[in-house]
Amino acid sequence: MLPLLWMFGMSIRPNEDILGSFSLIPQRVTFDNYATFFSDSSWYSSYLNSIIYTSMNAVMSLVVALPAAYAFSRFRFAGDKHLFFWLLTNRMAPPAVFLLPFFQIYQSVGLFDTHLGVAIAHMLFNVPLAVWILEGFMSGIPREIDETAAIDGYSLPRFFIRIFLPMIRSAIGVTLFFCFMFSWVELLIARTITSVNAKPIAATMTRTVSAAGVDWALLATAGVLTIVPGAIVIWFVRNYIAKGFTMGRV
Amino acid sequence: MSEVQEEPRAADLKRKDNRAWWLVLPVVVSVAFTAVIPLMTVVNFSVQDVFNPNDRIFVGLDWFREISRDPEVRSAFVRTLLFSAQVLLLEIPLGVALAVVMPRRGVWVSVALVLVALPLLIPWNVVGTIWQIFARGDIGLGGWAVNNVLGINFNYTLDSTDAWITVLVMDVWHWTPLVALLAYAGLRSIPEPYFQAAQIDAASAWATFRHIQLPRLRGVLTIAILLRFMDSFMIYTEPFVVTGGGPGNATSFLSILLSKIAVGQFDLGPAGAFSLLYFLIVQILCYVFFTVLTRSGR
Repeated sequence: MLPLLWMFGMSIRPNEDILGSFSLIPQRVTFDNYATFFSDSSWYSSYLNSIIYTSMNAVMSLVVALPAAYAFSRFRFAGDKHLFFWLLTNRMAPPAVFLLPFFQIYQSVGLFDTHLGVAIAHMLFNVPLAVWILEGFMSGIPREIDETAAIDGYSLPRFFIRIFLPMIRSAIGVTLFFCFMFSWVELLIARTITSVNAKPIAATMTRTVSAAGVDWALLATAGVLTIVPGAIVIWFVRNYIAKGFTMGRV
Repeated sequence: MSEVQEEPRAADLKRKDNRAWWLVLPVVVSVAFTAVIPLMTVVNFSVQDVFNPNDRIFVGLDWFREISRDPEVRSAFVRTLLFSAQVLLLEIPLGVALAVVMPRRGVWVSVALVLVALPLLIPWNVVGTIWQIFARGDIGLGGWAVNNVLGINFNYTLDSTDAWITVLVMDVWHWTPLVALLAYAGLRSIPEPYFQAAQIDAASAWATFRHIQLPRLRGVLTIAILLRFMDSFMIYTEPFVVTGGGPGNATSFLSILLSKIAVGQFDLGPAGAFSLLYFLIVQILCYVFFTVLTRSGR
C-alpha cells in the first residue's frame, strides 16, 4: 500500500515540493492538480476513452467466451485439446510482436483510432483468458445439473440462460474483472492503434514529459484517478468473488 | 484426519459431440482476426530483407540463424528466464499466503479485496513511474528508507544488483495480488463441510491447508503460475520506465531487446525472426508447464 499512499501524497502537493527535498508529510496541500486534470479536455476525454473501450472489450470477450467455455467443459470434440492450448498461446504472444501488423490492418479496415478497434484488439489476450477462467469454474459444476434440466425439457440455450448463467455468477464477475483490468492497464497496443479519438489515458500520461521536465504531480494525479474505475468495478464484483460458488450448496 | 477424495476428472465424464464446434466458433473467428492475421504478417517479415514496403528480398531463414547466434540475445534470454523463475518462487507462495489470511466473511471482505487488487489496476507505465520515484534515494520514500533507516547504500541507477532488486520488488508488489485473488476465489469454492470435517478431526491449521485447501487450489494455481510465467517472461513497460534496461544491460530482458531492434533500429526482418523465436520459446515453456501441472495431480 505504501507506494500508493505515496502517489496520493504526490498528487496533492505542488511540483516544487516533490522535487525540492525529501519529506514524508506534504507541507503545502493543493488540489490544483485535480483541477487541471478535469479542466483539460485531453486529460478527461482520454480517461473516458479508456473507460469506453475497456467496458466494450469486457462485454464482448465475455459473450464470445461463454459458449466456448461451456463447450470445453462439457463436450469432447475433434481437436478440443489442441484448440484449447492454441487459444492459450495467443495469451502468450509478446504484444510487441503485434504492433506493426495491427497498425497496418486496422488502417486498412477503418478500425484505426476507434473505440471498437481497441476493444477488438484487446480481445487478443482477453478472450483466451476468459475462456480459461470460465472453463475452470464451469467444470466445477456437476454435470448432473445439465442432465436433470434436459430431462425436465429445457433446451440447451434456455438451460444455459435460465439455470446455468445464474449458477456461475461469481465466475462471470471474476472474468469481467480480469478482462477489465488487463484492457485498462494495457498501453502498447492501445497507443499504437489510436491517435486522437480513442486515445487511452495511459498514453496521455506519457505526455507529461515536456521541455520543463516531468510534471510529477499531475502524473500522480492521473495515476490516482486511473485506479478509481477499477476500484469501482471490484466493489461491484466483490460479492461474486466473495460469495463463493453454488456448487457447495446444490 | 480424513483425506479428501479427489473427484473423478471432468474429462472422464464428458460426452463426445462434434456439434460443440458451433459453440467455439465465435472464439475461433475473433482469434483469427486478432491473432492469426497479424502473425502471418510477422512471418512474412521474418523471411525477408525489407528496405521499404515495395523493396523486399527473400532471405529464407538467415535472420533466424543470425538471431539465435547473437550473444546479446542469449544473455537476455538467460536473464529473462532467471527473472521469471524468481518471480514465480516469490509470488506464488506469497499470493497463496495472502489469500489464506484474507477474511472470509463480514464487512472486511470487500475492503480487503479492493485493497489487494488496487496495484493491478494501475496502467503499467504508471506502475513504472511510481516505482521510479519511490525507489529513488533522494526524494522517494522506499529508497530513502533503505538508505537512511537501514543504512544500505542503494542506488538502482548505478548498481546493477540494486536495479535488478528494484524491478523484482516492483513486480512482486504489482502481481502478487493477481495470485492472491485467484487463490482466494479458489478457496471460496471449497464447500464448508470440508472445513467442518477438519474441525471435528481437530486438524491443525497447517494440516487443513495441506490436505484440503492446497489440493483444491490446483486448478487456479495452474492458471496463476502460467499467467505469471507468461507475463513475467514478456515484461516490458515497467523495467523500461524504471531502468530503461540498465545500468549497462543489467535489466534488459528479451522484450526490451526486441523493441530496440524493431522500433529503435527498425530492422523488420531480424525483429520478425526474433519475435517468432521468442513466441516459440514462450509456447514451448508454457506447454511444458501446462503438461506438468495438469498431469501431476492424476
